[in-house]
Amino acid sequence: MMAHSLFFYLFSTITVFSAIMVTISRNTVYSVFFLILVFISISILFIMIGAEFLGMIMLIVYVGAVAVLFLFVVMMLNVTQQPIKFSKKKGIINNISVGLIVGIIIFLEIIIAVGGWKYRDGFIPLSSIDPYLNVSNTHALGNVLYTDYIHLFQISGMILLVAMIGAITLTFSRRENIKRQSYFRQIQRQRESSISLVEVESEKGVKIDD
Amino acid sequence: MIYINTFLHEIYKIIFLLLPVLVSVALIVWLDRRVWAFVQKRRGPNVVGPLGLLQTLADALKYIFKEIIIPASADKIMFILAPIITLTLSLIAWAVIPFSKGIVLSNINVGILYLFAVSSLGVYGIIIGGWASNSKYPFLGAIRSAAQMVSYEVSIGIIIINVLLCVGSLNLSQIVLAQKNVWFIFPLFPMFVVFFISILAETNRPPFDLPEAESELVAGYQTEYSGMMYAMFWLGEYANILLLCALGSILFLGGWLSPIDIYPFAIIPGPLWMIFKILFLFILISLVKAIVPRYRFDQLMRLGWKIFLPFSLLWVVLTASFLFFTDTLPIIK
Repeated sequence: MMAHSLFFYLFSTITVFSAIMVTISRNTVYSVFFLILVFISISILFIMIGAEFLGMIMLIVYVGAVAVLFLFVVMMLNVTQQPIKFSKKKGIINNISVGLIVGIIIFLEIIIAVGGWKYRDGFIPLSSIDPYLNVSNTHALGNVLYTDYIHLFQISGMILLVAMIGAITLTFSRRENIKRQSYFRQIQRQRESSISLVEVESEKGVKIDD
Repeated sequence: MIYINTFLHEIYKIIFLLLPVLVSVALIVWLDRRVWAFVQKRRGPNVVGPLGLLQTLADALKYIFKEIIIPASADKIMFILAPIITLTLSLIAWAVIPFSKGIVLSNINVGILYLFAVSSLGVYGIIIGGWASNSKYPFLGAIRSAAQMVSYEVSIGIIIINVLLCVGSLNLSQIVLAQKNVWFIFPLFPMFVVFFISILAETNRPPFDLPEAESELVAGYQTEYSGMMYAMFWLGEYANILLLCALGSILFLGGWLSPIDIYPFAIIPGPLWMIFKILFLFILISLVKAIVPRYRFDQLMRLGWKIFLPFSLLWVVLTASFLFFTDTLPIIK
């Protein structure tokens, strides 16, 4: 148990430290790297409390895909070495007041959510669940997610799909005046349709239509 | 005292796993070059040691004694970190690979997810290396590789779901044992083909080696690397290829199981079968390198997103409905 809590404090310190570094590091790419470190250490914390499925999914989804795309975008933006803008007096007041308001709202929301959840009827504290229950948490999650909460699960999938289609339609633009490769046309092309012998009149040339 | 004993015991086990992996990486590089030369009617490395077996060792020695050059404009910490990340990630994944029943470093419940997670983290070594070099070609290579690996991971993930539907467990040993009657390559053959092509893309092997395409990007993300750091990239890359071959043989070729359970085959121990299967997949991969020209980047993306993804999704639906209607879905009590 001693080693367990030791590791818990180690990883939670890393999490908090790198979460702070995300916001204060001057190089945006470093911020993303620290964000990745936050994700990794949170997934380790998940694994340490026995939720190995959630931890692994966290690694796959957030670190393996989301953060890669983050990094991709940030590297393309070319905003490395941003000078710290809020060093001016006016900036400090503006930034901090907005941050404070958002922070307070999130804090209140968390209090309401946690409080309401704790005093709900039929609440089972985590510590009362038998730890030696012979069900891996993948099965446990699947049993709940695909039976009791199937509609919520599918609705969240639908929302993601709509967001994806929206993003694609917003950015999609079909460019004209470029030659597009069509595999089927390339393969179907016959000698008769593409080669012809032409008697060329001198000093006139041939007109090629494409 | 007990802590220290278990700790030493674990380290002993880890060393006995990692040393063979590293040695076989060296041999596999030799094999790759020999197969490549064989296809092109050349000799390949045949001077150092018997059959040129020690060629890789000689190369490694050369890399060790070369100077490590760090470009002046590079981001030093990240530049040094990148090859370390690549090598470490390709080695830690071996912890969950079962070589026979019970011969596995850590038999965790979510083994396949762990493997998938580690192989999807592998892209960071390349991105960080390309970015930290602070030069054009490495950066282009890094960007390409990020796009490529993220796209092909999606189809690999869906192929894994296909297999998991047939098994009903995320444990790698369970996946192998579920293939006792029939290897999954037979019912899921199209998925095996898609998986094989996807691991070529995932490990940046030809014909999908666009991140290091030498005709356009010099050497891609490795351009600025030299000496031992280059060797680490190189080791990590080959260890990763071996790892994905091992994953392929566990998912589709029945891991350590012998093809038929009768006399001459059954006495060959499981780990040997596993090694045969890994080698079989690896030789296929190196043959592909020799005979297929490099793809263009838009062709690569088209293949990943427009062909493999819909096809493997369709196959998930087919597998799931087949299992459901024949009432063979593995149900956990």
